Amino acid sequence: MQLFPCPFCGPRDETEFHYGGDAGNVRPDGADVPIERWADYLYLRGNPKGTAREIWVHMSCGEFFVMERDTVKHEVLSSTALGGEHAA
Amino acid sequence: MTASRLTTGGSAIDRSRPIRFSFDGTNVEGFAGDTIASALMANDIAVVGRSFKYHRPRGIWGAGVEEPNALVDVGGPRATPNTRATTEPARDGLVAKSVNATPSALADRNAFLDRFSRFIPAAFYYKTFMWPDWHMFEPRIRAMAGLGEVDKGWTSPGSADQINHHCDVLVVGAGPAGLAAAKLAAGASLSITLVDDQQKPGGSLGHRAGEIDGKPAAIWIDETIAELAAGGHLILPSTTAFGIYDHNLVGLNQRHFDGRRDTLWRVRPRQIVLATGAIERPLPFANNDLPCILSADAALAYLRRHAVLVGRRIVVATNNDSAYEVAEAVAEAGADVTLVDIRRDGMPATKARLVKGRALAAANGKLRVEGVTLDDGARLDADCVLVSGGWTPTIHLFGQAKGKLAWSEARAAFLPGDPVDGIAVAGAAAGAVSLSEVFAGSQNAVASLGQAKVVTPRSTGVEATGGIVAAWPAPGSKGRIWIDYQNDVTVKDVELAARENFVSVEHLKRYTTLGMATDQGKTSNLPGLALMAGITGRTVPEVGTTTYRPPFTPVPLASFAGARAGELMAPVRRLPLENIHRADGAVFQEYGGWLRPAHYGGRDADADRTIQDEARRARQSVALFDGSTLGKIEVIGPRAAEFVDFLYYNTMSTLKPGHCRYGFMLSENGVVFDDGVLVRLDEHRFVVSCSSSHVTAVHARLEEWRQDRFGRGAVYIHNATAEMATLTVSGPNARKLLETLDFGLSLDDAGLPHMATGHGNYGGDEVRIARVSFTGDRSYEISIRADRAEPLWAHLRQAGQAFDAVVIGLEALMILRAEKGFIVIGKDTDGTTLPHDLGVEGPRAKRRTEFVGRRSLFTEEASRDNRLQLVGLTVPQGDAPLPTGAHGIKRSGGRLRSQGFVTSSYQSPALGRPIALGLIERGAARHGEAIEIQHLGKVSTATIAAPCAFDPAGDRLHA
Ligand SMILES: [Zn+2]
Repeated sequence: MQLFPCPFCGPRDETEFHYGGDAGNVRPDGADVPIERWADYLYLRGNPKGTAREIWVHMSCGEFFVMERDTVKHEVLSSTALGGEHAA
Repeated sequence: MTASRLTTGGSAIDRSRPIRFSFDGTNVEGFAGDTIASALMANDIAVVGRSFKYHRPRGIWGAGVEEPNALVDVGGPRATPNTRATTEPARDGLVAKSVNATPSALADRNAFLDRFSRFIPAAFYYKTFMWPDWHMFEPRIRAMAGLGEVDKGWTSPGSADQINHHCDVLVVGAGPAGLAAAKLAAGASLSITLVDDQQKPGGSLGHRAGEIDGKPAAIWIDETIAELAAGGHLILPSTTAFGIYDHNLVGLNQRHFDGRRDTLWRVRPRQIVLATGAIERPLPFANNDLPCILSADAALAYLRRHAVLVGRRIVVATNNDSAYEVAEAVAEAGADVTLVDIRRDGMPATKARLVKGRALAAANGKLRVEGVTLDDGARLDADCVLVSGGWTPTIHLFGQAKGKLAWSEARAAFLPGDPVDGIAVAGAAAGAVSLSEVFAGSQNAVASLGQAKVVTPRSTGVEATGGIVAAWPAPGSKGRIWIDYQNDVTVKDVELAARENFVSVEHLKRYTTLGMATDQGKTSNLPGLALMAGITGRTVPEVGTTTYRPPFTPVPLASFAGARAGELMAPVRRLPLENIHRADGAVFQEYGGWLRPAHYGGRDADADRTIQDEARRARQSVALFDGSTLGKIEVIGPRAAEFVDFLYYNTMSTLKPGHCRYGFMLSENGVVFDDGVLVRLDEHRFVVSCSSSHVTAVHARLEEWRQDRFGRGAVYIHNATAEMATLTVSGPNARKLLETLDFGLSLDDAGLPHMATGHGNYGGDEVRIARVSFTGDRSYEISIRADRAEPLWAHLRQAGQAFDAVVIGLEALMILRAEKGFIVIGKDTDGTTLPHDLGVEGPRAKRRTEFVGRRSLFTEEASRDNRLQLVGLTVPQGDAPLPTGAHGIKRSGGRLRSQGFVTSSYQSPALGRPIALGLIERGAARHGEAIEIQHLGKVSTATIAAPCAFDPAGDRLHA
């Protein structure tokens, strides 16, 4: 079981977290966004081998944050609150 | 008699405490401290089981967790199937039975199978019984195979404890390497957890010679353990480290022998020291699976720990130095011993007869060993053969942690390769042989953790040596040579796999089942892959090993489950008034995670009548309903209006304070995710009244958008669902009933119109009253502090008597809402339903501001003209209600095509006929049209109608 660092609560078991998607998957607004762009936003995921930047939520405290981790080695590289005010 | 108990000795047994138990109906006598295996051996019971496939007679091979043969079902209150006799303590009154043998291991009626063995090679069953259908043959074949049986009289001794634990250093294995590492780490002021799967610490020192710091090994072990205990370190005997998981979480399973379930430990150490020892391998010769052929090291363990001499005329076969100590010891104990070493330049022996440069070609005998044939044809009488084919380091946990292995030609074994962060391997697991090597390894393992203030232990006795010449099974060997005892895999099976090109080690495993038995190939994997290397002209490291996965030894599922069983498996959420409803005869069911009254009274056959009665009376006068599960999520802050606009499909910012509006929340793919009423309390404060079963998900979604789009300062979200109870009063007399209570606010249409909300007071507590209706009748939802709901509910019930009020459960409410065509998300919609499929087109056409899911409503798919749309379905009076899930069908060219399906269906007491809702292709434009409905081959006809079947003008809302 992996240990994830919540920027607010510190290291906790992975079972306390939910995955929230790729970080940087910016939502395009508007009813006239090109459909390809909208489909990218909705469905296309990077699934990188190696370093990944992801959004996670710590369900115990309810806070979303950005976590960088290595998808091969399962190493956690950084964890930062949305907006960047807390880092762990 | 061949195997026997000696009159003296045995470090593990207590001769003052004799015990008696039964094995296959035979009485077995032993002493406290015996394992089932040691007691069987002391009673000279040679045949203890039958092999999985051929029903070959099998005896005890080992003295520990690697045992492939001696599996027993232990009966009685602590019944466990497939228990290894070598690790299970014998106790008075225990009832053990051999596995896969009827009626007993000695007289097994399926033993005939072995005579057909040459017709039953690897994959025989799958290849042979393909026609007409494997499942035709499977039951009989399975009945002949298989291992233990579950005891049907078993009762649960309660749930297993689970413990989370932290320490600086976790040492796995309390042999010389583990004890030394623990001692040194403790000396560096680190906190230690020391685990060992045996009841007594010491590992190989329990039966192998050794002198440490000038003391006999037994004394050194006791002193070291006492020192660790005095230092407050945690020592867990009878505990197996079965797995290393991500980020070095270690799973331990601790056994108890007092009737308690095992305990599961989740340990997060800073450093792991694996001192897990090594396992002795068999040697390849024909009939090497006969009873009374066992691991040489195991024989020494039985001798020294249990005072059991395994035979009278013993042949010891070896390719390495370690068997010499065994041969000398059993000779010393009185056996006639011949030591057959395949090496010409082995060591000297004093008490055993030595035959050098020879190997065993075959063991002879039917139910047990009667003699052996050497590779020069010479025959020797023997009642027991002890075998040492070398040592396989126990690197399973290192492998699980993704540690790479390195082949050592000198040790003829895989050793731990490049180090893994946080894990050190010491002792025989790292290939150490002499105690000096072992202690040096222990020192290295903990050196980086801090400066030890104690001296590294020193070996002061005779040192073991590790000379070995590999003796792998060879292709083309004569006779039947077993590789995997438990799964009956022979040299010929591996050769067959190679001929059929299953040469990859993972394919070899699956094709032959090598290493797939309950012992997971602890004795067989390396010989098997070395044979494959020989057949295919590769080296052993080129063939490689299969993947190491947890658990190292079987772990009871109860340990993993812990307390998560029964009611705690998926705990339900409960109403504040549950006990009151129970006293009123409520029949409870789980709805979306909540335990709620389905109806009041009328169990089983009477349930339907009761539900109909509740629904009918609700329309006649007034109904009381506990709606406390309804979501009450508050959205507060300067941008709250903008926030709810974005979250809802409907424009919500135009809502006036004190009013409510019904709306949908969509997912980003446009699908309707939830529906409900939004209440605006004031300019900057809303209450999201979402579906009961969706509260957690809606709350999470609000938080996500708040944090990811609006920012922490823009809105604040508070889930108040559990803080408030909501009691609903609905029906033509709802207002009259409520006016007998004084809430201090006007309840008429002027003071509190439909879709308005107001604040009143009840017994000193603030109440929020909303005119919202899920029944179609005039309704008031009264929300009050959950802990003050009881007097209000009692008051409503008492006041209701004058109006013939009825308390209704969820089932009646479902009928009432379906009569009105009100949907339940996830029941009347699915994962493709868009808001306009439900007839709510306005926001899609008119909204100019952004909202969740917006762009998805303008795709080709969303605009398809044959989408499934919400409709009502009517059937003639007197017909039964349509089955929920039945399909609307269309016939074209003799073929049936689904046109959608029934989502909700009930008998309506108000209308006196069945009603139904459904999602039907182009349904909105087909009202009045007949449609064929098919369910399980039965076809009936229904008429498509508007979803609302009762009071379509909505007059009753104001009645
Ligand atoms: Zn947190």
